Amino acid sequence: MDFLRPASWEEALAAKAEHPTAVPIAGGTDVMVEINFDHRRPEYLLDLNRVGDLYEWEVGEETVRLGASVPYTRIMEHLRPELPGLALASHTVASPQIRNRGGVGGNLGTASPAGDAHPALLAAGARVEVESVRGSRLIPIDDFYTGVKRNALAPDELIRAVHIDKADGPQQYSKVGTRNAMVIAVCAFGLALHPATRTVRTGIGSAAPTPVRARAAEEFLNAALDEGGFWDNGRIITPSVAKQFAELCSAACNPIDDVRGTASYRRHAVGVMARRTLMWTWESYRGNAARTEGAA
Amino acid sequence: MGTTGLPTNITQGSRTKGGIGESTLRPDGTLKVTGEFAYSSDMWHEDMLWGQILRSTVAHAEIVSIDTAEALATPGVYAVMTYDDLPTDVKHYGLEIRDTPVLAHGKIRHHGEPVAIVAADHPETARRAAAKIKVEYRELPVVTDEASATAPDAVLVHGNRTDHHSGHVPHPNIVHRQPVIRGDVAKARERADVIVEGEYVFGMQDQAFLGPESGLAVPAEDGGVDLYVATQWLHADLGQIAPVLGLPEDKVRMTLAGVGGAFGGREDLSMQIHACLLALRTGKPVKIVFNRFESFFGHVHRHPAKLHYEHGATKDGKLTHLKARIVLDGGAYASSSPAVVGNAASLGAGPYVIEDVDIEALALYTNNPPCGAMRGFGAVQACFAYEAQMDKLAARLGMDPVEFRRINAMSQGAVMPTGQVVDSPAPVAELLRRVKAMPMPPERQWLAAGEAADVRELPGGLSNTTHGEGVVRGVGYAVGIKNVGFSEGFDDYSTARVRMEVVGGEPVATVHTAMAEVGQGGITVHAQIARTELGVTQVTINPANTQVGSAGSTSASRQTYVTGGAVRNACELVREKVLEMGRRAFGTYHPAWATAELLLEGGKVVTDAGEVLADLVDVLGDEAVEIEEQWRHRPTEPFDLRTGQGFGHVQYSFAAHRAVVEVDTELGMVKVVELACAQDVGKALNPLSVLGQIQGGTTQGLGIAVMEEIVVDPKTAKVRNPSFTDYLIPTILDTPTIPVDVLELADDHAPYGLRGVGEAPTLSSTPAVLAAIRAATGLELNRTPVRPEHLTGTA
Amino acid sequence: MRVTFTVNGRPQEADDVWEGESLLYVLRERLGLPGSKNACEQGECGSCTVRLDGVPVCACLVAAGQVEGREVVTVEGLADFAKQRAEHGGCASGACGTADAAAGTPLDEARRWAARGSDSHTGEGTELSPVQQAFIDAGAVQCGFCTPGLLVAADEMLERHPSPTDADIREALSGNLCRCTGYEKIMDAVRLAAARQSEGV
Repeated sequence: MDFLRPASWEEALAAKAEHPTAVPIAGGTDVMVEINFDHRRPEYLLDLNRVGDLYEWEVGEETVRLGASVPYTRIMEHLRPELPGLALASHTVASPQIRNRGGVGGNLGTASPAGDAHPALLAAGARVEVESVRGSRLIPIDDFYTGVKRNALAPDELIRAVHIDKADGPQQYSKVGTRNAMVIAVCAFGLALHPATRTVRTGIGSAAPTPVRARAAEEFLNAALDEGGFWDNGRIITPSVAKQFAELCSAACNPIDDVRGTASYRRHAVGVMARRTLMWTWESYRGNAARTEGAA
Repeated sequence: MGTTGLPTNITQGSRTKGGIGESTLRPDGTLKVTGEFAYSSDMWHEDMLWGQILRSTVAHAEIVSIDTAEALATPGVYAVMTYDDLPTDVKHYGLEIRDTPVLAHGKIRHHGEPVAIVAADHPETARRAAAKIKVEYRELPVVTDEASATAPDAVLVHGNRTDHHSGHVPHPNIVHRQPVIRGDVAKARERADVIVEGEYVFGMQDQAFLGPESGLAVPAEDGGVDLYVATQWLHADLGQIAPVLGLPEDKVRMTLAGVGGAFGGREDLSMQIHACLLALRTGKPVKIVFNRFESFFGHVHRHPAKLHYEHGATKDGKLTHLKARIVLDGGAYASSSPAVVGNAASLGAGPYVIEDVDIEALALYTNNPPCGAMRGFGAVQACFAYEAQMDKLAARLGMDPVEFRRINAMSQGAVMPTGQVVDSPAPVAELLRRVKAMPMPPERQWLAAGEAADVRELPGGLSNTTHGEGVVRGVGYAVGIKNVGFSEGFDDYSTARVRMEVVGGEPVATVHTAMAEVGQGGITVHAQIARTELGVTQVTINPANTQVGSAGSTSASRQTYVTGGAVRNACELVREKVLEMGRRAFGTYHPAWATAELLLEGGKVVTDAGEVLADLVDVLGDEAVEIEEQWRHRPTEPFDLRTGQGFGHVQYSFAAHRAVVEVDTELGMVKVVELACAQDVGKALNPLSVLGQIQGGTTQGLGIAVMEEIVVDPKTAKVRNPSFTDYLIPTILDTPTIPVDVLELADDHAPYGLRGVGEAPTLSSTPAVLAAIRAATGLELNRTPVRPEHLTGTA
Repeated sequence: MRVTFTVNGRPQEADDVWEGESLLYVLRERLGLPGSKNACEQGECGSCTVRLDGVPVCACLVAAGQVEGREVVTVEGLADFAKQRAEHGGCASGACGTADAAAGTPLDEARRWAARGSDSHTGEGTELSPVQQAFIDAGAVQCGFCTPGLLVAADEMLERHPSPTDADIREALSGNLCRCTGYEKIMDAVRLAAARQSEGV
């Protein structure tokens, strides 16, 4: 095993070009577990800790450019107004110690369906900035996940940042695990209202081979909100609409039975989370007196 | 040669008296908070090698071949050993039945069984070499439950059994079977106005101690070996290790290294023999440390169980009878299964008066992971079932569940189903009354801080699954009975060596036992006893090792009773000698030396009236008084193999819980809001430690109620979740406040009237949480742990 | 490979480090600092919590090579670290937040359960940080395997958040498993440390 320690982004890209099998390590929360437990012996480890650019974020006019290694703790503390869904998701990641080390780049690089950030990124409509010595490109999040623990990265590419539009409406995130902290998702759900475009986007984690959106549910809800003039009149969403939205979200799942939960439970739970997060975001959109955001 | 991590004497003094009944602080506390306390995995020796165990990847197979050539040729590898390299004819070990191969021979009986061992100069070298050992398996069908294990054509897990239980079991795949029969159940059933039946399932729990199995074996010049290891019972280990090594016991010198928790999981051997074998083979010190994955295969677990219970009651709420069948899965090797069966059978009726009882308990041999000791030891599974039955009966009779229990609660003088009379306080009704009387936790705590829901106070916690939607509160009660000490005629003794001398102008007591301090605070209590009995403030606790007689196991809630008893006994003998010295030297100066009851207090010899006769410093001079003596509690007797009658247990302990839970009924998520406990401890020698035991035991019971379970694939008998990612134990956000009400009703048979504390709270916590979840959901819930699937109809 | 970094204020160098080794392994097996514990080696228990450039992390998930040139504080250095922080008016790492509202447990309440009787006298003269002393006094240590990680995490939490609510304490320590205590005495200890700290005891 060789340990590559690039001091800059350019050096990192060069190293990855030279050694496409090199495994990038930043927070170490996936890679080190695999090494400690003898599941993986990469030929090269490519340490990204010294690449300072990856730990920075820029809040632009419309978009946040979030460095791949910005720790989840920072996202929770500093980007909650701009990225409320991702901030909520960040708060559910493992433990404080892990949140201090891990960043979105790790979730994207591993592309496990259980990664906590994915539903929030799908719901927000992020773009992943990847780069190699050949150049840089932005991959829409919808095209990023290509299979179980597979993503759209070329072997010589590294994840530089994620571009996420600043929230133009309420966002929510929920995750089911069988413990009240430090738990891998049995399934998770992200929802973002986009009043500017009068659309709703969703993201589902751990309930299909890859993180997915519930597109039929989004289309149904977009149409229902539009037809009923909900965006303008700010009425309470009718229970039948919420119910059908939840059912369509459940139907978007393609889960398995595993040691963490049954497929049947995952479908059910995604439906419940879809309905609740819709209610929370919509109440927030309506500017209801009662604050319904989780406060923790 | 340099070695680090060797245990040293710990001297503790005190400004105040620091005797029994006070919450003196741990003598090892400072070492533990500074990181200097040496746990078994911290041992280090110059030039040491690392041992690695290769484990089977299948659960049941014949070993066709093992090829170690490539592993042995790896640079940095010093030794590779298989069954064929074992030095003597003794190639098995076991607590009760020596059925466990040190290294697999010809056959694999469970997933993760040790096949070969490697010693190398770096753990990674050892791992890579182990991976190069080629093992060819011919897989066999697995037996995984009662039906498959006891079918007429079932594959036998152990052929040709000759152990002392093999003659009376109905099938060779049954380790041990114990009926307990009293009265006439058929007749009593006729008196019942209501009969309630239930089938209960208890999942496989792991001890999940945080300090992994580990230790260091150092070969000695005399051909022997020094072994530093974390264990629960040094001498039981020694008796199993030495014969395999072909060494006399005095050449295997064991010292207790720091123990990172135990809870039963260190009662069986793990890496002890393997480290010694490699050390003796290579002539170098060998350290073995399991990682968490291996730890799940490295020790036995709590027996999963299927329990069938039938109770009857009259309409005024009196229990008429109990018929129960308890099937425990012992897995591939016996471990302590026979004793677990004895507990399940003899305690299966719970702390209730039932005159007509027919209980059958048995443990199976299967290809599942071996199961053995864990806190609560056979009484836990039964308590889960009988407490569910109590709630069902109360509901059928339209009675309050606590009132129903009170009516049937045993008290001192009650007769157990084994015929044993409970001859010390059994305040079952009082414990229930007290736990019910505790104030209830406030409602809707998640809104306490303001309008926005604090998700940390809600089911799901930080995962943000509910802001109050679907959340229903439930309250449940349970009470349990646990035996204290080793039972069924076992010679359950301990040994203490106590020395008294003047050091630096002050009388000092030194206590030396082989008791395994695993975190429970036994050494704190030993120092307290020495102060109380010998009137000194300075007490030195020597490291536990095999240079002193056996202390028995740190299990069965027994150490404060038995080794505490041994320390007190030795102190008394030392005191007699000291007083004798005093009489010889000073007897002529004061008549009270001959006539009064004399005590040692505050460094002086005093009369019971408080008159000071002499300073201990003067009495002792430069002489040291030292006594090593065994001490045993009153004997017990085996249970009759057909009827289960017999004076089987030395003491009983009781705890009751009230659980308050909040259930997100839509998502099936549970938040335990509070787990109140009342327990009788006879006499709290160290109240702070007693609370720690009760709260810790309660939390382990919470774990098996809502999250903890080793999942074994029924088709392959392979473990599916051997990690802390998928075997979940409660975090601080899952654990509620645990208010405790401690009763101290003395047991006159026990030292200071004390009652073993550690296990009883683990029993009743689980059924109380289950009862609370049932109350919140209205579901029957006959299995533990309860998973979200079970609460949402999506299992 | 060679790794050079600072541990508890002292420069350290480890040679012949295998590239797959964790910071935890280097501390424990190469630098003679076994205080950080190896309970799970998968970031699920917090027993190996150390501060890396001031931030609490699981040492088992930091590759040894990643600490080159950086600063690590382990439980062995916690007392010194806390002392320096106290001497420098609050913050040894410079990462302190602003003091929050008085939401914590009052000193009297925190002390109500306090152990009676003698103090722990082992290692008399050993200087301890307030949180270390509180863990001993409150009975928060049983087997002690989780203790080093909890101390580092709790100390850092109190640095940021001198007057935490119970929910704050639970959240901050939710990455540290304890199997012995049921966490009640750990809560007591952190409340006590906070109360003593606020009194300047």
